Amino acid sequence: MSNYFKILRPGINSTFQDLGRFGLQHLGIAPSGCMDRSLFALSNKLVGNKISEGALEFAYQGPLLELVGESAFVAVSGKVNFNIINKNNEIKQGVLNESFILSNGDKIDILSTINSVYGYLSIFGGFQLDETKGSISTLVRAKIGPNNGDKLKIDEKIFFNTSNADLKTKKFEFDFDSDSTIRVMQGLQFDYFSKKSQEDFFSKEYKVTKLTDRMGMRLEGEKLENVISKNIKSEGITKGSVQTPGDGQPIILLSDHPTIGGYPKIANVITADYDKLVQKIPGSKLKFKLVDLSVAESAFQDYIKKLNFF
Amino acid sequence: MLKKISNIGDCGITCDFGDEVDKKTNKEVIKLFNFIQESVKNKKIKGILNYTPSYNKLIINFDLGEVKSGEVIEFIKSNDYSKTVFSEKSKLVEIPICYDEEFALDIKRLEKKTKLNFNEIVKEHLNTDFFVYMIGFVPGQPFLGDLKKNLYHDRLDTPRVKINKGSVGIVEKFCTIYTFESPGGWNIIGKTPLNLFNIKKREASMLSPGDSVKFKSVNKKDLLTFKNE
Repeated sequence: MSNYFKILRPGINSTFQDLGRFGLQHLGIAPSGCMDRSLFALSNKLVGNKISEGALEFAYQGPLLELVGESAFVAVSGKVNFNIINKNNEIKQGVLNESFILSNGDKIDILSTINSVYGYLSIFGGFQLDETKGSISTLVRAKIGPNNGDKLKIDEKIFFNTSNADLKTKKFEFDFDSDSTIRVMQGLQFDYFSKKSQEDFFSKEYKVTKLTDRMGMRLEGEKLENVISKNIKSEGITKGSVQTPGDGQPIILLSDHPTIGGYPKIANVITADYDKLVQKIPGSKLKFKLVDLSVAESAFQDYIKKLNFF
Repeated sequence: MLKKISNIGDCGITCDFGDEVDKKTNKEVIKLFNFIQESVKNKKIKGILNYTPSYNKLIINFDLGEVKSGEVIEFIKSNDYSKTVFSEKSKLVEIPICYDEEFALDIKRLEKKTKLNFNEIVKEHLNTDFFVYMIGFVPGQPFLGDLKKNLYHDRLDTPRVKINKGSVGIVEKFCTIYTFESPGGWNIIGKTPLNLFNIKKREASMLSPGDSVKFKSVNKKDLLTFKNE
């Protein structure tokens, strides 16, 4: 008997993701992959998967799924409001960061993320997805990945692998980092900006705007004045780069970024603060703090320790 | 020559080959690109995620859990990649193009600006031996050079909202081919029926940085009946 979820409501930006697709940026293919690596790892750990197993990522409003099949061992990570609706339409509030079993006919209704953007649904054994160039990550802009490179759609079926392993419910505490200070290193074109703008960038608040998605996060705040050149010769792009076009309003490039670009970059978000950054909802205010490479590298060690603790 | 290596955040570096945008500089970039690609394949260095050449730079991204920027920089500095034979990895690709007025949207602008007539522009374009400087922005999109100076023209003042897939455009000394429908500000001179990008193929992008390209003129009927492999 095949086991699957039927999608009764897809949610607004639900895609399959893993750690990303690499080694192809020189052909124009962005790495993509999960936005919040900590929560992605957590949902996999909760169901006993390896932490690189493909999971369902949702943003703001998640999907409503009905289980067709024997049972499924699943977990939801994030700051998420969700319900389990059983066959008799009894509604039970879902428990976060804890694995649980769903039975045939049960529905899982991921209503919304709370004061955050991304959450993850993992299933023991993993989803049945075909890899494209070594990854199941979805890059919607280029139509690459499972589901013909698209977001989940209504009435589609999501198949998963079944297994008879002894399933023990796991629970982990997860401290959601709601601090609004984002640590950055100086960008390649830091010197393109006036002294005043360099100071403004590290002292004034920048607001996350609605023009934010998996590709980039547009900010609004004190205009950054470029005193050298509005454009540079197009060069390769790195996730977390803070580029600043002619209007002086910074854009932080995220996982689905274009592979090359021609705007000067004032800063780069350090790896340890990336997860915290992507969870900021429109309207949030950010402050940037300058750090050097050694601080960034030791912050990463702490970040990884936390991941391995799950 | 590699002039400078700088950090891009904590998990990337950029190798800067100077300010010139010309084939000589770009060939140096691609030598290092080929060397890094080989080194990753032969497991000479671990943790490298992406290596992206552009006109005058190569950026390298890595997994900070596997390798640190100091080690990657040391690896580059301690290897003499200049001996990499450049021509071994590059190929010549012939690309069909139809210059029919239906597709050559900006030919009138170009005639005015360049003082050349349609046939002369086409002839110049067909006679150019193009070099693939880089691929990107979107999957498979090549940036080719160099056009002769008499064809140089600026970007459109107002970019088009939609440019069809396969459109061939020129700006300054460069030529590009739109591999996806997208907005864009290049002067469109024709269209190719050739599908340059297919993620399902083993080699997803027909072109790689460092390849050579020659255009071949086809008529509208050939364009419409062209079959991609």
